[in-house]
Amino acid sequence: MAGQVQALRRRIRTVKSTKKIAKAQELVATSRIAKAQERVTASKPYAEAITEVLTALASNASVDNPLLQPRERVRRAGVLLITSDRGLAGAYNANAIRTAEQLMARLRADGKEVALYVVGRKGVGYYRFRNRPIETSWTGFSERPSFSDARAIGDALLEAFVAGADDENGHYGPDSIQGVDELHIVSTRFKSLMTQAAEARFLAPMQVEEREREPGLRPAYEFEPEAEELLNALLPKYLNTRIYAALLDSAASESASRRRAMKSASDNADDLLKRYTREMNSARQAAITQEISEIVGGANALAAAGSDG
Amino acid sequence: MAKQLHVQVVAVEEKVWSGEAEMVVARTTEGELGVLPGHSPLLGLLKEPSQVRVKLAGGEQLTYDVAGGFLSVDANGVTVLAESATAATPDAH
Repeated sequence: MAGQVQALRRRIRTVKSTKKIAKAQELVATSRIAKAQERVTASKPYAEAITEVLTALASNASVDNPLLQPRERVRRAGVLLITSDRGLAGAYNANAIRTAEQLMARLRADGKEVALYVVGRKGVGYYRFRNRPIETSWTGFSERPSFSDARAIGDALLEAFVAGADDENGHYGPDSIQGVDELHIVSTRFKSLMTQAAEARFLAPMQVEEREREPGLRPAYEFEPEAEELLNALLPKYLNTRIYAALLDSAASESASRRRAMKSASDNADDLLKRYTREMNSARQAAITQEISEIVGGANALAAAGSDG
Repeated sequence: MAKQLHVQVVAVEEKVWSGEAEMVVARTTEGELGVLPGHSPLLGLLKEPSQVRVKLAGGEQLTYDVAGGFLSVDANGVTVLAESATAATPDAH
């Protein structure tokens, strides 16, 4: 009996310290969400402005940039998967990876090879463990992505995309780069504190919407330098901006997902604590009752023996 | 009071400055240009690296070191888009 009480007491101690960890993680994640959301808001003006500029440019210039042209034959597709560096984020990584897997299965069914680019240790670990090839990976910034991180990713993707999959039978073509013909991105969209959804989107070739406007309202832009040259300089930056936005959104989702997971973990710890405490109390009470009844029984037996004698 | 330009200086990670100004001076790959209110619409790639000067009413001037920047002028005003924009020490007049 006493042994059971001791075991329960030990368990309660374990649950208590687990709860402390979960609670701390929850608080940290909560403050990170706010920060990540601030960063999303701060990045909005640039994203809006560059979209506006691109739209103006695309409606004024002929669009024959390789980043805008769908390729006739797509041999190889690049997939950029954004996951987190740390775990304890509920289903965040599982969802992102599952979405990426579905996308890759679809691409393969269309007869395309897949080149995988991964952000975040969890995604890298997933594919390493299964011995599946990763083209390039980036880690260490999933919770606080900066624009230079996005630029590093964008540069690598752009290089592969511009090179194109012109390789035949294992030879990498004239540029000796095993390129890709289209790019997809799998990231997690922050819808609200309670909802985040992993989704796959097209990254390149890009579609610039040519806004239909009243003919008289469209301003006749002057370009410095020429429109084509401007477009060549702008599109890579636009690509980086899209990657940056996806990284920020995923970072906010990661924290929100972690907060929720840690909240239910600490709630669960509370329930366990309550149950174990009750069990322990009743075990202790049982032990005491038993001791009393033993004493009473012993005393009665003694008294009976005395009166007999 | 002369017409004012609505100016925005926007970096990728944040909006750096926005407000009314008299003139914006920037250097594109083609050469330096000044934008006054009523300038015709323009898209320009800024020289790398370069400075953008925003002249405020009252003779004050703000100077920004800009990397990876664009200049967009339209009917609504001037937008300077940059991968990074930091305030440089404002030169004395």
